[in-house]
Amino acid sequence: MNLSKFFKNAFLVMLACLVLSACATKKVQNQMQGDVYTGTETVEYLASGVPDRVFFATNESVLTTASRDTLRKQAEWLRKNSKVNVVLEGHADERGTREYNLALGERRANAAKDYLMTYGISGNRISVISYGKERPVDSGSNPLAWSKNRRSVTVKAN
Amino acid sequence: MIKKIITSIIILIIYTTQLHALIEVDITRGNLDPLPVAVSPLSADKNTNDKLNKELKINKIGYKISEVVENNLKNSGLFNPLNKDAFLQKPDIAHLKPRFEDWSLIKAQALITGKVTLSDDKLRVEFRLWDVLAGKEMMALAFTTVPSNWRRVGHIITDKVYERLTGEKGYFDTRIIYVAEDGPKTKRIKKLAIMDQDGSNTKYLTLGNELVLTPRFNPTNQMVTYLSYFRNLPRVYLLDIETGIQEVVGDFPGMTFAPRFSPDGKKIIMSFAMDGNSDIYTMELENRIVERITNHPSIDTSPSYSPDGKFICFNSDRSGYQQIYVMKKDGTNVKRISFGKGLYGTPVWSPRGDLIAFTKLHKGKFYIGVMRTDGSGERLLTENYYQEAPSWSPNGRVLIFYRETKTDTEGKGFSAKLWSIDLTGYNERMVMTESDASDPSWSSLLSN
Repeated sequence: MNLSKFFKNAFLVMLACLVLSACATKKVQNQMQGDVYTGTETVEYLASGVPDRVFFATNESVLTTASRDTLRKQAEWLRKNSKVNVVLEGHADERGTREYNLALGERRANAAKDYLMTYGISGNRISVISYGKERPVDSGSNPLAWSKNRRSVTVKAN
Repeated sequence: MIKKIITSIIILIIYTTQLHALIEVDITRGNLDPLPVAVSPLSADKNTNDKLNKELKINKIGYKISEVVENNLKNSGLFNPLNKDAFLQKPDIAHLKPRFEDWSLIKAQALITGKVTLSDDKLRVEFRLWDVLAGKEMMALAFTTVPSNWRRVGHIITDKVYERLTGEKGYFDTRIIYVAEDGPKTKRIKKLAIMDQDGSNTKYLTLGNELVLTPRFNPTNQMVTYLSYFRNLPRVYLLDIETGIQEVVGDFPGMTFAPRFSPDGKKIIMSFAMDGNSDIYTMELENRIVERITNHPSIDTSPSYSPDGKFICFNSDRSGYQQIYVMKKDGTNVKRISFGKGLYGTPVWSPRGDLIAFTKLHKGKFYIGVMRTDGSGERLLTENYYQEAPSWSPNGRVLIFYRETKTDTEGKGFSAKLWSIDLTGYNERMVMTESDASDPSWSSLLSN
């Protein structure tokens, strides 16, 4: 009797574990597509409906569809607010060498800059700085944290 | 300051015997059987001890110098310093004429003895190295210096002993420049710091107001080149350690980073990033002439000269991923040398010229490794969650690098520490620093 009770309990524990882990994976999946962050947890806004940042895949500086959408919103807002200059801050995750990450952050911020320029924003209004892996927003050591940190953030310069 | 110290040390060779040494330490293999060595406290007369104690608050200087030597020998992994409690002979008598039976009884194969005297405010330190089994003196040297330099005397003694027993130059009278880190991972405060190779005499060269990264010594250890975010403009800087004067290197309209000196100290080689592309440039310090070395739409960074200055190894993702390349100093003859699985970064040419150390990222693990300059003979020395940026000891036998720990989901548990490992892959150990630390760079030998 004791034994069957034990198995029953063990089964319940296992079931609970499965349900919990499924939830955890689902949560991560909702916030990432491939390994690009698609959540909104860390995102701030330049103005209502204008997100300040775009996210990248590991080792990539290619803009995703969502990123291009965000940058078009930024460009539109910048056209309306022609006095505002911006700094694009490029970042990398912690899974790379420091020097390469500095170059990668610069490349990412420039990918965003180029896109803003094709939507009519003068290069004179945009400056670029790379922080490499020096300024993560999420200090976790896991794929989700890294995806939040691979980013280019548009910051008002004045 | 360093120059002053160097000139203040006068090495007097009093007596050197060229015997066929029986003791020899093989450093080309991992040493699992370190040589038992007895480091006797150096003897000092009462007068010397009293005066040093009173004026410089240095207590028992002879004992302290022997501790510096012992610690160095132990950390090299090649020697096993024996416990002083077992020593039978008094330091002063042992220095004159060791009773070899006593020392062989405690299984010592080598014995170091010495004597410290203070006269005219100058410290005179002599030491002898004895072959216990042969019952013979192997080496005798004396140094004169200012008393505050007493730790350096310990390092120089270690260098001489190491050289006599291994046949290769030591690396103990050296310094490490690094980045001292503090604060949360998302807002790290970073300062340039310099310390002796054994972790003592730490000095901070910047205040932490701006982010600083990747400091590297020039060949004479008087200058440092590094990356500073001063006024939010990441640029390569040059710092004179003695005067504290800093200046921007070159007039680039964008980020410059990954600086290193050329082996003659006349140029700084670095990356310059513009419009999303990083290429390698040099600037001659005397006339400020800037030269472009690579011109490729990929990321080219982490350049490092060969010791003869004829070649440059660097990191590029021109193949699609980070790999290591070698080219002539003018940028011609670019050849990829890394072909293993994974990504390769931070190549650094060995001071002996035969190897390139690197960081490798493969399947979520970071490795420090070495390969020949043509890319053959790849050997991984250590694997970890995160580690990178090796720097060679001046004799090319040891690598120092930094390692970061994994954090939990709350971001807790982060640390960055300096580690060193033998070229053989043995003797991996943490290098003690006052705070968290990264980006270490090893100086050349200070005393020659």
